[in-house]
Formats: sequence, structure tokens, C-alpha cells
Amino acid sequence: MARMLGSDAILRALEHEGVEVAFGIPGGAILPTYDAIARGTTVRHVLARHEQGAGHMAEGYARASGRVGVAIATSGPGATNLVTPIADAWMDSTPLVAITGQVRSNLIGTDAFQEIDATGITMPIVKHSWLVQDVEELPGVLKSAFHVARTGRQGPVLVDIAKDVQEAEFDFVYPDEVDLPGWKPPHKVHPRQLREAARAIAEAQRPILYAGGGVLNADACAELLELVDSAHLPAVVTLMGKGCLPDSHPLNYGPPGMHGSKYANFALNKADLVIAVGSRFDDRVTGKVSAFAPGAKVIHFDIDAAEVGKIRHAEIPVVGPLKLALAQLAAEVRAATAEVAPDRGPWLRQLEDWRERFPYRYAKAEGVLKPQTAIEALRDLAATREEDVVWTTGVGQHQMWAMQYLRCETPRSFITSGGLGTMGYGVPAAVGVKAARPDATVVCIDGDGCFQMTCQELATAALERLPIVAVVINNGWLGMVRQWQELFYAERFAQTHLTHAVPDYAQLAEAYGCAGFTVESEDQLEDALAAAFDAGRSAVVDVRCDPEEKCFPMVPAGAAAVDIIEAPGEEAVPA
Amino acid sequence: MSAHTISVRLENRPGALARVSQLFSRRGYNIQSLAVGPTERPDISRLTLRVDCSEHSLEQIEKQMHKLVNVLRVTELRPDEAVERELALITVSVATDRRAELVALSQVAGAQVADIGRDAITFEFVGRPDQVEAFEELVRPYGVRELVRTGRVGLRRPSATARGAQPSVNV
Ligand SMILES: Cc1ncc(C[n+]2csc(CCOP(=O)(O)OP(=O)(O)O)c2C)c(N)n1
Ligand SMILES: [Mg+2]
Repeated sequence: MARMLGSDAILRALEHEGVEVAFGIPGGAILPTYDAIARGTTVRHVLARHEQGAGHMAEGYARASGRVGVAIATSGPGATNLVTPIADAWMDSTPLVAITGQVRSNLIGTDAFQEIDATGITMPIVKHSWLVQDVEELPGVLKSAFHVARTGRQGPVLVDIAKDVQEAEFDFVYPDEVDLPGWKPPHKVHPRQLREAARAIAEAQRPILYAGGGVLNADACAELLELVDSAHLPAVVTLMGKGCLPDSHPLNYGPPGMHGSKYANFALNKADLVIAVGSRFDDRVTGKVSAFAPGAKVIHFDIDAAEVGKIRHAEIPVVGPLKLALAQLAAEVRAATAEVAPDRGPWLRQLEDWRERFPYRYAKAEGVLKPQTAIEALRDLAATREEDVVWTTGVGQHQMWAMQYLRCETPRSFITSGGLGTMGYGVPAAVGVKAARPDATVVCIDGDGCFQMTCQELATAALERLPIVAVVINNGWLGMVRQWQELFYAERFAQTHLTHAVPDYAQLAEAYGCAGFTVESEDQLEDALAAAFDAGRSAVVDVRCDPEEKCFPMVPAGAAAVDIIEAPGEEAVPA
Repeated sequence: MSAHTISVRLENRPGALARVSQLFSRRGYNIQSLAVGPTERPDISRLTLRVDCSEHSLEQIEKQMHKLVNVLRVTELRPDEAVERELALITVSVATDRRAELVALSQVAGAQVADIGRDAITFEFVGRPDQVEAFEELVRPYGVRELVRTGRVGLRRPSATARGAQPSVNV
């Protein structure tokens, strides 16, 4: 027990939780806590330039490290600026503790300066939140906050702390246990469900694993690999799951969904058994739900019971921690296949045939730099590097091309905003990733639109010595929106033209103390990218590319997988 | 679609009720009635919710509610296994010359007179929700001036517990 101020207690709590780094911006209502940072702590504080940036940094840190990310902001506008990253963390199940200052207890409810109901505003997008008005509650609340963020299905929590609580003196004891009688995430798996799942897998003629981000969150990648290898199960891996199974694995058929490969979508379409693992039948994957995997029985593994059966009925629901579930499943499947040896040959040959016939493709054109070429060049460059490369992305066409063309061989090497689709995620997330993985080269593949939403965090990258490489796939447009306008709105390009004229990204980079490169043709690509990787400081590569290129294949929203749109000249959909 | 009664044991903490009601509006479920009050334990409240939804939605509601940190237990109260009651206060317009008739009628129906004014009487009626409705119908011809119902509250019948048929999910 030690006598201290609430503000110091916050930092002692973070230290107890093993927090290495927190991202934030000070302001009136959180000032006492920043004063405590000045008094000394082992927690590194990274000063962002916008609270949204701080939040995405904390997310990037969390996703790269598997630990809880921490973001700190003041009341009012500080808290509202954190809303987007909190929502992003909610949609993608990223463990995040957001700490906000609140006006003094006696001012709460009076519309005081910078008073905003932070717990109210964030209520639908957090696992839980606390408003602390009594310093004695502070240690227990912070302990609970970290516990809730990281256990069960991971996600964001908010702790809103009144200023007078930060200033109050009390006897600090950090509790050993949490007192949360209503919080009991599942910690085991029903053995009968597992046996049933194993039997269904053993009997299936055309099974397909459908693995998502939950596998990464659960640290269950080794168990997934073991299952795939031992049961010879082909898999599709979602955007959020990318990296949970090596992209080079012969049974990895990559991402399904709106911009997934044809073969991944066909595989789901023709499967007789879909084994969903930490994936949630998102509409960007399923398209028209009634036409999704129409001939398949579903086994659904998830830590969150509410996901099972939410969109698609699961014949065999398996609720529990994936790491345990997959490990036990592999053993059960071995036992079950000893009895029934399925002949998967025809199915695996079919998948291979589709993969050969329908690779991702785009048409190169003389004198035009295609965005896909830039991403292929990045992929090839990364393959030659000794150090690990961790990717982040923005949201749009460039993100989908990154998903299609990058090869991710290790977990937590592809970090993107999936559920919320937050433009501006890429740069700050990369800064956070770098804080978690100083050994890795961290590359943000961004769009020109996205980059301009959060590029002020280049200052953070430069000054905090968290160097990143931002590659702006600069098509001069809000490209993904442009693509929809072209395909579905009769080419009425309303308010999507950003131009190649403004800004000059290389100059902007220099202004932020980063190296800037401009690439205008394919032959400049390789050198510029290599120079950016080796710049020894943050770098921005402005890759000026074809404004008209569209991302294919594409299953239009609400359509069935068989209604896939392909680039002109593509072979028709097989029956 | 059909009506369901859900009983929720909730930690008695600031914002706990808001989290439950927020979840309903957020996920697009319609609450017909919601009654909340203290229980045998000062730190726990009980909510009785009446919702009109499909079986699939009901399952979703229960699962989503279980994830709320302040929610301790969610149980569906099936009609045959629960005691359900509701209180209604009904102010009925009545001319002086028909007062006696109305009071007599209400007493037969099991209502109490809570207040008598010059041209109106307020009745208090406690009963099963269908009885509340029947009483409302009974006095409607006189002219219902104001009416308030608490929404139903319910508990599982101990006799049903003995049979042990009711599935409930603990969190
Ligand atoms: C914050 C936010 N605002 C708007 C959108 C809608 N939106 C989705 S993709 C996109 C265009 C992104 O443009 P850019 O960053 O240039 O990427 P591109 O598609 O051109 O690769 C827009 C506006 C969004 N996802 N997020
Ligand atoms: Mg663009």
C-alpha cells in the first residue's frame, strides 16, 4: 500500500498491467495524469497529433503485439476524437483501453467546459465503460478494464476519469483479482460438439475452412496450421485473418468475398461443409446470405456465442476459446478419419483447377503505371528483405489489392481496418505497429484519400523515432467510390476527384522530416521503394498510377458469389 | 413473431439499465414493456422485459445481453412456468349518478378505488396482464381519462423449478 494521487495510481496500474507504451494527447481534464507522466513512469508515452491517430496507433500496437493497446485523451473533443478508433476496435475485436479525462465530479451534468458524456457516446461501441468519480474505485476499475479488454472476444473499453479523482490522494493497492460477477467468457469447449464437428469433417466430401481474424486474436495460428495439415483441409482466409495461415501454404485459397478470388468464392459456393473459425459471415464475405455456400452444412467455432447463428444457422455450434478448440479438434479429426477415410482428391483437384484458371489478373498498358504493379513490387521487395515486414493499409481499392497481392507468411503481419473500413487507419496504425515491432520494417500501403485523413502522424513517426514507410497508391481519386460510380451510377463521378496536382506528397513528407519519393513510371518503382525501405527514417513514396483501374473480381453488394464481375475478357463463371 | 418475457438480473450500478435498453435499440429490437426494480439483494436489480420477436431474435437478444458486463443472468419466462403480474392505474370519467354502479362493477372485477374526484375515479388494478386488459375493456365505455401500466413483472414459479424444465443461461 502506498499513499499517492489518483493520477499516479493510473500510471502504477498501467505498469502493473505490463503496458510498455501509451498513445495520447493531453488537455485540461487529463492534465493531472500527464503531470504524473512527468513525475516518472516506465510507460512510454507517444504524443500523437490527433486523438484519432493516438487511437489507431494503440490499435496497431495491439494488433501487432497481441497486447492491449492504450490511448489517452482529454475530455470533450479529445474523447470525441477517440470515437472512431474505439468503433474501429469494436468492429475488429481489437483489445483497447481508452482513458479519457472528465470534468470535475461537481461539474458533471452542468455542460461544463469540454464536458461530454463520453461513456454515453461510446456505449454502443465498447465492451464496457466506467466513469470514475471516486478515487478509491480507480485501481479496481483499471484492473477490470484491462481484464475485460483482453478476455473473451477482445475489444475496446473506456475509462473516463474525473479530474478531481486524478488529483485526490489515497492509499493505492492494486487488486490481484477482478470483481466482475457478470463477466464470464467461455474458457472451455463442449466435447460433444467437438466430436460432432470432427465427424462432420471426416465425412465431408467438399469441406472448406473459413478462417477469420478471431484466429489471430486467439493466437491459434499454430493450431489452425496443424489442423489444416493433419486433416488436409483446404481453407479460405478473410481480410481480417490474413496471415493466420501462411499465404504460401498450398491449401490456403486466400480471401473470399467482395474482392476475394474467384476460386475462394467458388470453393465456398460448392462446399458441402463450411468450417467457420473466428469469422463472422460478414456481408462483405457472404454477399447475398441466402445464396452463400448454399449446399453446405456449417460448423461455427467462436469465442462469442452471439456470433454463432447470427447470420447463418450453424448445424454444429462450437463456442469457446479457439486455441483450445482447434487443438482438440485436430486430435478428434485424426480419430474420426481413422474410421472414415474420405476421398478428397476430386475436391482438391477442383480447387486447384479453379486456382489455375482464375488467378488475380490485371491488364498492363504501355506507359501507364498500374496500382497492382506497385503492390507486386512491394511484395517482391519484402520477400528479399532479411527483416520482417509488417503491412498496414488504408481503406479502398489499394487495400483490396494489398489483400490480393501481398504474401503474408506470419501472423500479425497484415493489419487493416476491416469491419469499420476506416479511411485514415493506415499511417497511425503503422506508427503503433512500429512501437510494437521495432525490429520490423513497417509499411503502410495507403490511398491518396486515406493518407490525407491522418498524415499529420508523420510528425509523430519522425519525432518519436518510429520510422514507417508510407506508400501512397496515388490514383488521384477516391478510387473505390469512383469504381462504384462507374459501375453502378452510370459514370457520374460526383465529388471523388482528388487530382494528382495537390498535394505534392514528397514535399509534404519532407515538411514532416521524412524522406519523400515520387514514382511516375514502372521503371522508377523498384529503386524508389528500396530507397524508402532503407531511408533510415520515415519515408513516403508517392506512386502516381492509373486513375481508372478498377479492383476485380467483384461480387456486387448483396449479390451471390456466382454473380461475380470480372475484368473484361475474363472466362465465364463455371457451372 | 411472438411475444416473449425476459427476466434479467442486473448489477445495480450507474448506467446498467441504459446499457440494456441501448442494446435493444441498437440491434433493432422493440421493447413492449420494461419494468425494473430492486430485488432481495440491494446490489442487484431485476428487469422484466416484454419483446415481440422471432425465436431467432430472442436467442440473439439473450446472447447479446449475456455479453454485457453488468448482466448477471438472463432467463426467458415461459407463460406456463412463470407468475406474471402487472399494476395499472386507471382514471375513469364518471358522472355522480353512475358512480355507485362503476364502483360496484370494479369491485366485482377485483380493482381497488385509489382516489375519487368530482367527475372521475382512479382505480388500482393488480393482476395478470390479460386481466389488466380485461379490466381496461370493462371500464372503457365510461371513458378512460388517463391510464398507466407498470409493464409486467415476473418470476419463475417454484413449482416449475421443481420440474426443472426451464432452460436458462448463466453468465
Ligand atoms: C472515414 C471514411 N470516409 C469515407 C469512406 C468511404 N470510402 C471508402 S473507400 C473510399 C475512397 C478511398 O480513397 P483512397 O484512399 O484514395 O483509396 P483508393 O480507393 O483510391 O485506393 C471512400 C471515400 C470511408 N471508408 N471512411
Ligand atoms: Mg485513391
